[in-house]
Amino acid sequence: MSQIFKPSTNTLARVSMFGAIFFLAILAWVLVTLNRSSLATRQGIVLQQPVPFSHDHHVAGLGISCLYCHTTVEESSFAGIPPSATCMNCHKLIWNESPMLEPVRESYRTGRPIEWTRVHDLPDFVYFDHSIHVAKGIGCASCHGRVDQMPLMYQAESLQMEWCLECHRAPEMFIRPRTEIYNMEWVSTDQETEGARLIADYRVQSKLSCSVCHR
Amino acid sequence: MTAPGKPPIVAPGHTPGSVTDQISSIVLTRMPRWWWAAFGASFALVMMLLYALTKLVFEGTGIWGLNIPVGWGFAIINFVWWIGIGHAGTLISAILLLLRQEWRTSINRFAEAMTLFAVACAGLFPLIHVGRPWLAYWLLPYPNTMDIWPQFRSPLVWDVFAVTTYATVSLLFWYVGLVPDLATLRDRARQRLAKITYGFLSMGWRGSATHWHNYETAYLLLAGLATPLVVSVHTVVSFDFAVGQLPGWHATIFPPYFVAGAIFAGFAMVITLAVPLRTLFDLKDFITIRHLQNMGKVMLATGLIVAYGYVIEIFMAWYSGNWFEEFMILNRIQGPYRMQWYALLLCNVLAPQLLWIKRVRSTPALLFVVAMFVNVGMWLERFVIVVTSLHRDFLPSSWGMYAGTRWDWAIFVGSIGLFLALLFLFIRFLPMISIFEMRTIVPKTQAREPDEVSP
Amino acid sequence: MTKFDHPAEVPSTSRRSRIDLASMREHLQDARGPRFWRSLDELAETEEFQELLHREFPEMGVELPGGVSRRRFVQLMSASLALGGLTACTRQPLEKIVPYAQQPESLVPGRPLYFATSMTLGGVASGLLAESHMGRPTKVEGNPEHPASLGATDLFAQASVLSLYDPDRSQVITNLNRIRSWSAFVEDTRRETLASTRLRLLTGTVTSPSVAAIAQQVLSEHPQARWHQYDAVTRENVVAGAEMAFGEVVATRYDFARADVVVALDADFLTTGPGAVRYARDFMSRRRAPVDHPEMNRLYAVESMPTATGTVADHRLPLRPSQLAGFAAALAAEVGLPDAVAPAGADVGGQGEWLRAAARDLQAHRGSSAVVAGDYAPAEVHALAHAINGHLENIGRTVIHTAPLEAMPGDQTASLASLVDDMAAGEVDILVMLQCNPVYDAPVDLDFTTVLRQVGRRIHLGLYRNETSEHCHWHIPAAHYLESWDDARAHDGTISLTQPLIEPLYDGKTVAEVLSVFTEEGSRSAHGLLRSYWQGVLGESGFETRWRKALHDGFIADSALPPTGVTPGTEAAAETTALIAGTDQIPDGVDLAFRPDPTIYDGRFSNNGWLQECPKPLTKLTWDNAALVSPVSRTPRWSR
Repeated sequence: MSQIFKPSTNTLARVSMFGAIFFLAILAWVLVTLNRSSLATRQGIVLQQPVPFSHDHHVAGLGISCLYCHTTVEESSFAGIPPSATCMNCHKLIWNESPMLEPVRESYRTGRPIEWTRVHDLPDFVYFDHSIHVAKGIGCASCHGRVDQMPLMYQAESLQMEWCLECHRAPEMFIRPRTEIYNMEWVSTDQETEGARLIADYRVQSKLSCSVCHR
Repeated sequence: MTAPGKPPIVAPGHTPGSVTDQISSIVLTRMPRWWWAAFGASFALVMMLLYALTKLVFEGTGIWGLNIPVGWGFAIINFVWWIGIGHAGTLISAILLLLRQEWRTSINRFAEAMTLFAVACAGLFPLIHVGRPWLAYWLLPYPNTMDIWPQFRSPLVWDVFAVTTYATVSLLFWYVGLVPDLATLRDRARQRLAKITYGFLSMGWRGSATHWHNYETAYLLLAGLATPLVVSVHTVVSFDFAVGQLPGWHATIFPPYFVAGAIFAGFAMVITLAVPLRTLFDLKDFITIRHLQNMGKVMLATGLIVAYGYVIEIFMAWYSGNWFEEFMILNRIQGPYRMQWYALLLCNVLAPQLLWIKRVRSTPALLFVVAMFVNVGMWLERFVIVVTSLHRDFLPSSWGMYAGTRWDWAIFVGSIGLFLALLFLFIRFLPMISIFEMRTIVPKTQAREPDEVSP
Repeated sequence: MTKFDHPAEVPSTSRRSRIDLASMREHLQDARGPRFWRSLDELAETEEFQELLHREFPEMGVELPGGVSRRRFVQLMSASLALGGLTACTRQPLEKIVPYAQQPESLVPGRPLYFATSMTLGGVASGLLAESHMGRPTKVEGNPEHPASLGATDLFAQASVLSLYDPDRSQVITNLNRIRSWSAFVEDTRRETLASTRLRLLTGTVTSPSVAAIAQQVLSEHPQARWHQYDAVTRENVVAGAEMAFGEVVATRYDFARADVVVALDADFLTTGPGAVRYARDFMSRRRAPVDHPEMNRLYAVESMPTATGTVADHRLPLRPSQLAGFAAALAAEVGLPDAVAPAGADVGGQGEWLRAAARDLQAHRGSSAVVAGDYAPAEVHALAHAINGHLENIGRTVIHTAPLEAMPGDQTASLASLVDDMAAGEVDILVMLQCNPVYDAPVDLDFTTVLRQVGRRIHLGLYRNETSEHCHWHIPAAHYLESWDDARAHDGTISLTQPLIEPLYDGKTVAEVLSVFTEEGSRSAHGLLRSYWQGVLGESGFETRWRKALHDGFIADSALPPTGVTPGTEAAAETTALIAGTDQIPDGVDLAFRPDPTIYDGRFSNNGWLQECPKPLTKLTWDNAALVSPVSRTPRWSR
C-alpha cells in the first residue's frame, strides 16, 4: 500500500488547525475594527465643499455666535444651514470680490441654493432633534467637537449608536449649564457633582427606549 | 450477549471480514439506479426550496399565510418538528451507549446523521422566520457598534444557544465515531481522490492502541456531554411556548411532554428510514427484527407519555378553572381546527397502540406504517399547539383563521427534500452502519473465528 | 397656427367594441345542452374579453413595468444576497444639504407650517388645516375654527393627500391623445366659440359663489348655452322633499347639540353627507352627559342597511326601503299631525310598538327633538319629516332651514336627461365636462356614451384620464384642491376658501379657470378670478385686511346662511300621507338600494390606496365592492 500523504502533512494539519483559530480571531478583529474606523464613520475626514468655509475663522477669529447662522437650533429638530442671504449680510461689503465666494454670490443673484455636502449625516432611520438636546444642556461641542478650531468642517465623533448611548446612559457626564451651550471652550471643573445637580435641575430623563430615536 | 429467546442483533454467519466487505462496498461501488432516481427527486425538492427561499427574501414573509392574530405558523411548526426528529440520534448514540445497549450499534450511525440533517433543516426555519434573514446574526451576542445585546430573557435567544450547542456536539460525536471507519474506507478505496479525501477526513488514524484509547475516552466524554442535551434542547424549545402567556402554551407540562414527543418522533423517523434502507441495501443481517422491535417499544413508551400529556392538558384546563384555558381546549375539540386535532389523536395516540401486538412490532411493513402515522401526527401536534392557541386568543374581535400558502408548503416540502438529499449523499459517501463497532459485536454473537488482521 | 381635429370618433387608447348581438345569436344557434357564460362578452367571444381573461388586472389598472428577464433576476438575486450579508459593512452615501438662497419668512426648517383650506365632496366644503413641510403638504386635519369641522375631518379629507401625489394623475393637456399646451387649448377654443355656439356645461354640484358667477357670465354671453349639474351621489331627493313641504327650495341643517330625541329615517347623518363631521361632534356631545345637560340624548334609527349611525342608536329598526314612506306616514299620524293617515298594514314585523314609543318620546320633547330623513330617502319622507318637525315646533331650534347651498338646486337626473336629449338631437356644439365622469356614472338607460359621440367638440377636465376623457377631444388635467384657489359653501352655508399649498404639480386647472376661457375676458388665473369676485362682493374698502383674515381662517366670518322663516304646510303633508296609505305597504320582490361606497364614494377615489385599504364600516371589506344581502334573504326559503 503506497503512502497517500507525506510525513510533512502531520505538521501541516496541526498548524492549520491552530492557524484556523488565529485566522478567525484576526478576521473578527479586522471586521470589528473596520466597522469603527473612520473608513466606515467618516470621523475626522474633511469633505469637499463648494465653498471652503472656515468655522475657525468665523467663530474663533471673528467671534460670530453659532446662532447667527444656525438659527433654528433651539426651536427645531434641524439646526439650520444659513441661506446664502445670511452670508451676503457681510460679504456684500467685505471680500465681495473674492473668487472663493463666487458660488455664494451666484446663489444670491440667481436664487439657486448652494449644495453643501452633509458632514453630520445620521441614517434615515434615526430621529434626532437639536432643540431638545440644546434645551436640556448639551453643548454644541459635546457632539460637534471644537468647531472653532476647524478650518474646514469635519465630523468629530463617530455618530455610532454606541456613542449616542454613551451619553444617553450617563447624561450627567456630559451635561453643562444652559448658559454654556454655545461656549466652545467650556470645561467643567467638577462634572460629576455639577452634572448630577443639572440633571435634577433640568429634569433630564435618560431616554433609552428604542422608539425614542427609531420612531 | 443475546438473551435467551431474543432474536440476535447480527444475523448468523457473519465474520468481521464479511461485515467490513458488505458495509464498505455500499460506499465504494457504484450506486444502484434507484439511488440516482431518489437523489434526483430529492434534489429537485431542494431546488424548489431554494426557489421558495429566494422568493421569500425578495418579497418578505407576506408570501406566507401569516397574519394577525396568527403570527407564528409553518416556520415554527416545522422548526419544532425537525428538532424533535433530531432527537433520536443523540438518544440512541449517547444514552444507549452509556447504558451499554449493544443493539444500538447498527442504527446509531445513520440515526446520528439523521439528527444532523434534521437539525440543519430545523435551523433553517428560525433564520428565515425573522423576516430579514440577513440580520439573523443579530441573534448572536457580539461586540457591535450599536452597543446592544440580544434579549437574554427571551427563550428565543436560549433557543439559539441550545440548538447551536446541540448541532455542534452532535456533529462532533458523529464525526469522532466516523474516524475509524473513514480510515477503513481510505484503505479500501481505489481512486486517488477518494483515498485523499477519506485520508484527510480520517486525520491519520492508524488503529494503534493509543488511537483506540484516545478514541474511547473522547467518545465516552462526548456521550456524557450529549446526554443532557437530549433533554435540554427540547426543553428550551418548549420554553418558546411555555414562557408565553397564552392558553394552551403556558403550561409546566410542556418540557417533559415535548422531550417525550421528540424522542417519539425521532424513533418514528429512524424506523421510517431504517425499514426501506435495510431492504434496499440488503442490510437485514445488521438491522434485524430485534432492532425494529426495540425501536417499536421505545415508540410505544414515549407515545404513551405523549398521550398522557394530552390528557393532562385537558385535565388542567378543567382543574385550573381558567376560563381561557377551558375555551382553548373546547376550541381544539369543537373549533374550526378540530379535524386536525382528531387526526392528531388518531396518529399519535391510537396508531401507536398497535405496537402492543408483537406481530406488528416484528413486521417491518406494519411498523413502517405506524411510524409514518407518528411522523404526520407529530407535525399535526405542533400545528394544533401553534395555531389553535393563536387564532382565537383573548380578544374575539380579532379572531382569525390560518392556512399555509403554497410558499409555506413549498418550504416545508423543500426542507424534507433537503433532508432526504443530504441523507442520500451520506449513504453514498459514508458508511451508514458503523463498521468497526459491528466487528466488535460479531465475535460475541458468532462462533469465534480467527480474526482478520485489522487493516 | 396648429389645426386641431374634432372627429366624431375619438381614437381610443383601448379597444372597446360594442357587444355584437348577431355573433352572439350565431353562437347560441349551434349550442346544445347547458352552456354557461360569465358575461355577454364571453358568450360573444369578443377579442377584448379574451384579452381580459388573460390579463391579471383590469385595463385601467397599472402593472409594474415590464417583465424581469432571467438574467436580470439572477443578477438581482445574487446582488441582494451578497449585499444582504454585508449590511453591517455598508457605508452611508454622501448626502447634499441644500439651504434656501433666500429663506422665506416664518419658515423654520424641520418645523411644519399650517394653512387653512377646504375640500369639497359633492360640492359641499369641509374646513381643513393642511400641514406643509418646506412647501410640501403632508397631512390634513380639521380646521378647529371652521363650523363644519371644529378640528375634525372625515376619511376622504384624510386620504386626499395621497391623491395629490398620485403618479397616475393625468399630467398633460391632450388633444386626441397628443400633448398640447394650455395656450393651444385656449386659442383653439376661442376661435371656435361664438356667441351663438350651443355650449353645454356639465359639472358636479356647485356651491361655490365664484364658480357660479363665472358660469353665469358664460351663460349670459352665450344665449344658447346651458349649464347642467350631475352627481352620481345626488341629493335631489332632499331638494324635492323641501319643495314638497315648503313650496320652495330650502336647505336643512340640524343642531344635534340641542336635540334630546332624534329619529333617523334611513339617515346615516353621523358618517355620510354634508356636515356629518359637525353632526357627529354635536350628537356625541350629548352622550357625554355634561353637568348642564344631565340627560343623554336618545336616538331612534330606522334603516334599510347597517350603518354606523345605526350602531350608536338606542333603538334600531331594520326596514325595507320600500316601507320607509309608510313608516314615516304612520309616525306623522302617531305624533298627531292633523289629518295624517296611517297606512293600514304598516304595522308589519312588530314595528307598531317601536313606532308608538318613538312617537311618544318625540311628543314629550317638543322643540328639542329632530326627525332626520336620509339623503337617499324618497322625497315624501323628507316632506313628512319637515311636517313632523314643524308640528313638534322643532323648526328654528334643532332644525334650521336656510336658503339653498347649491348655486343651482334641482333634479339633477332630469337635468342630465335633458342634456342627453339635446345631444341626441344634435343640438350641442361644445360639451364641457368639468370634474365629472358621466361616461362612468351616468344612469345606464340614458346611454350617455352613444349620444356623446354626436357632440362636435368634447372637452373634459379631470384629475385622471378616465372613461369620459377617453371619449373627449380635449382633456385637461385638473388641479387638486391642495393646488387650487377656490371657494365653496359648507353645510351651514359658510363660505370656505381653498388656497393652494403647492404650485400645481402637473399644471392642472380649476373649474373656474376652464370656464374663464369661454368668457369675453378670456383665460384668467384661478387666484385672480376668486379674488376679483370677492372684491366685488365684499367691497373695496378694507378688502385687503378682510381677505387676508379670511384666507388665514379658511372661511369668511359670519357667512353662514341665516335661517329663513318658512313653515311646512300641514295640508300638503296630510295629502302625502293619504297618498302613501293608498299604496301597497308590503310589496313583493326584492328592494334594491344603491349607496355611495363608504370609502371609494362614487368611484372617484378608486386609485387611492389608503381608501381602498381602509376597511368599510361593519363589513370590514377592503379593496372590494359587494352587494350586501341580509342573511335571512340569502338563506333559501326551504332551509330557514
